Amino acid sequence: MPLLRIRNLSVDFATASGAFRAVDAVDQDMETGEILAIVGESGSGKSVSMLALMGLLPWTATVTADELSFDGHDLLNIAPRARRKIVGNDLAMIFQEPMSSLNPCFTVGWQIKEALRSHLGLNRKERHARAVELFEQVGIPDPEKRLSAFPHQLSGGMNQRVMIAMAIACKPKLLIADEPTTALDVTIQAQILDLLADLRRDTGMGLVLITHDMGVVAETAERVSVQYAGQKVEEQPVGALFATPHHPYTGALLDALPERATEKKLPTIPGVVPGQFDRPAGCLFSPRCKFANDKCRSTPPPPLGADMGYARCFYPLNANERIAS
Amino acid sequence: MLNYVLSRLLTFIPTFLGVTLISFAFIRVLPGDPIMVMAGERGMSDERYAELSAQLGYDRPMYAQFWEYLTGVLQGDLGNSFVTKRPVWDEFFSLFPATLELSLCAMIFAMALGLPAGVIAAVNRGKFFDRALMSTALVGYSMPIFWWALLLIIVFSGNLGWTPVSGRIDLLYYFPDPTGFMLIDSIASGQKGALVSALRHLLLPTIVLGTIPLAVIARQTRSAMLEVLGEDYIRTARAKGMSPGRINGIHALRNALIPVITVIGLSVGTLLAGAILTETIFSWPGIGKWMVDSIFRRDYPVVQGGLLLIAVMVMVVNLTVDMLYGIINPKIRKR
Amino acid sequence: MDDALSTEAEMVHARPGRLREFWFYFRENRGAVIGLWIFAAFAFLALFGPWIAPHDATAQFRADTLVPPFWQEGGSWKYILGTDPLGRDMLSRLIVGARYSFFVGVVVVSIAASGGILIGLIAGFAPQWLDSIIMRIMDIILAFPSLLLALVLVAILGPSLTNAMIAIAIVLQPHYVRLTRASVLSEKQKDYVTSARVVGAGYLRLMFITVLPNCLAPIIVQGALSFSTAILDAAALGFLGMGAQPPTPEWGTMLAEAREFILRAWWVVTFPGIAILVTVLAINLMGDGLRDALDPKLKRS
Repeated sequence: MPLLRIRNLSVDFATASGAFRAVDAVDQDMETGEILAIVGESGSGKSVSMLALMGLLPWTATVTADELSFDGHDLLNIAPRARRKIVGNDLAMIFQEPMSSLNPCFTVGWQIKEALRSHLGLNRKERHARAVELFEQVGIPDPEKRLSAFPHQLSGGMNQRVMIAMAIACKPKLLIADEPTTALDVTIQAQILDLLADLRRDTGMGLVLITHDMGVVAETAERVSVQYAGQKVEEQPVGALFATPHHPYTGALLDALPERATEKKLPTIPGVVPGQFDRPAGCLFSPRCKFANDKCRSTPPPPLGADMGYARCFYPLNANERIAS
Repeated sequence: MLNYVLSRLLTFIPTFLGVTLISFAFIRVLPGDPIMVMAGERGMSDERYAELSAQLGYDRPMYAQFWEYLTGVLQGDLGNSFVTKRPVWDEFFSLFPATLELSLCAMIFAMALGLPAGVIAAVNRGKFFDRALMSTALVGYSMPIFWWALLLIIVFSGNLGWTPVSGRIDLLYYFPDPTGFMLIDSIASGQKGALVSALRHLLLPTIVLGTIPLAVIARQTRSAMLEVLGEDYIRTARAKGMSPGRINGIHALRNALIPVITVIGLSVGTLLAGAILTETIFSWPGIGKWMVDSIFRRDYPVVQGGLLLIAVMVMVVNLTVDMLYGIINPKIRKR
Repeated sequence: MDDALSTEAEMVHARPGRLREFWFYFRENRGAVIGLWIFAAFAFLALFGPWIAPHDATAQFRADTLVPPFWQEGGSWKYILGTDPLGRDMLSRLIVGARYSFFVGVVVVSIAASGGILIGLIAGFAPQWLDSIIMRIMDIILAFPSLLLALVLVAILGPSLTNAMIAIAIVLQPHYVRLTRASVLSEKQKDYVTSARVVGAGYLRLMFITVLPNCLAPIIVQGALSFSTAILDAAALGFLGMGAQPPTPEWGTMLAEAREFILRAWWVVTFPGIAILVTVLAINLMGDGLRDALDPKLKRS
């Protein structure tokens, strides 16, 4: 049984001008100890699907799915009280903005011990010992002193380490990292990614890495799921994805990497992700796709098979080579 | 933190001087001659007038008079009341506990109802409870409290006969008042029924004086909570699996309290203004009634001294609020 | 791409004027619209009160003192809301009284706002030392509880409605100074002010034509709120005997006159208070609506 199993997950937001579909029929599986990267531009719904899993969406959101299960629990129809026993315990998440994700009114020690008390029921002494241990584990120097610091007294990188310590406090089976490095300096980014990879290796937890940075994906992930406008358009192991992308969108994303540039000028993807009012009738990527024809524009393509990376495309890239070889 | 306190204290000095100057100047331009008021109905001879004028220092230049007043103020000498002949300073502090007791009760009443109401309204944003609560709060905020007092008297004292109309305690109780707080003294006296009587006298004035702060606190708490509930750290708390009660009551409220405390502190001036009306209507023997009576009696030293002491009181409270702000909001403390 | 462009072009074409846009947001707030209607009725009564009132507001019908409202035992349609202890018609006095409260609101807000905006603009543009002096003076005025300061001022000037208005205006004015200065200081940072300065706009032009219009939104909201504060304070002063003097049918003064009858004739106390409450409530409702409509931060995205 997979650790995480999502089938046909959709999320709609009620807005003043009607419903907006942020996540559209997404399937996803995850095994214990795996690193999955979810990649896409801003607004592609990659965070929303994970927030739906955590039950953190605002009340304007409606979540529908055929299946949404984690570690044998049905998270779709779970009671709030039962969900709170899992969330923050077996299933943890860290966010993009470490500075604003920690409560400014409480010391970081208080915030980390709070989770230890409610989920593990440790006493005061055990909580303190565990908090010190966690801070050491995430590489915060002088943990005894730092525990009594307020978030604004620490740097962004330090705060993200605190967030990670808080997330792994109860030894989760799955950690979701939502753009954990986007708000940080480049040098800190690599440290945080290394830390996450090390923690995964040491604890054996699964790691979902949400990012828009293909460089991060290449360095860290094992399997990659590419999302576009709320849909999963392709999924492959990281090596295969970089070698033979099947969906034109993945191809375009890879072409936009500076390391892969063949011409003087870096290729870009023209246009933006469709929003609420300019959603195309056919393939969602068709307005920006250089290969699109009338069929693409009128009919939405269904996902292809595993050999084509589940690509939602009528004319997948690198299809002939695979057949030829 | 020390620098912060010192800089706040430094701005206190010019404001204090200005407040002293204003309360001094007001009385010098008040119509009517203070000395003639002292003389009362009997009138006085020109020699006696000159003698009194010299005695009170009114014949000397203004700046000298102000200097004398200022040095007097710093030594706690605000002159004597024309009417009672007692020092203004003593009168103020013998009446002050009554006003303080009433104001504290009103504030406790306002906070005890306003904070939970604001939190519950914010959590149930847009639902019936929220709308009903906020409409009520707006009515309370718009309330002419002198009329509200009369209305409560009609219902509770007139129709129902539950509460007395004036004073702090029934006349049949008499006991020493070492603290000046009727609730404490009535318990200390050991007389049966004294505390109940004091409480019944306190009930309506507390509600009247607390109404506007209650409305302000409820509205402010709601909007502060709404702002805080959208913050990232609330999402983090939810991601930790904390219960809604804990998130709203601890994580969010602690942050929402920062602006609310400011509002509560700033409403002390409003509270004293309200105390003037409330004390006048309920014949509550406190500072507010004392000031109004003195204004009508043209008791200049009392008006002057009372104005100054009340202003200083408001300034001290505002300063305290600033300090408190530092304790609640760690970001300020560090500076 | 084409589609996106054309919709944008349409949007530009149909972009509503500022007033229409304001009305759109204002209308969404039902309470604010109700408040506006009540305020309109209040203004109407203020302007035409004496011609609408069924009786002369000061006429004393000595035969009919303390007549209850028409629905109560002993009441009649002649005096719809009853009469006061001197036999004057309550309804007529309330209708005519509207003009005093309205007048107080208009005059106080005009004086306080124009003075406050001017001083606030000066403080915002002045060198540091002048700014500090102005703001310290405002701190000093704000240290006194507003009603107490107004009470003492009226005692100095002599009790009358005019003096009450002056006193309240002086007490309310520091709020405008602070508000104007704060928005001037934040607007001054912006690029459009710098560019106006670069092309050589003088100080007066910068103050009144470049910066002031962009600071108006919070000042307008404050105007609505202090309109209601002015009415409340004037009524309180009248109630304490320091505002309008009898037999003026000012609502606060009416309450003061009626105080001794509270346990015998509920209507002489209840109706003036309701008149004050409803008026102030309507203006505050409007003020909330104004704030929501004018404050872009709160607008729905």
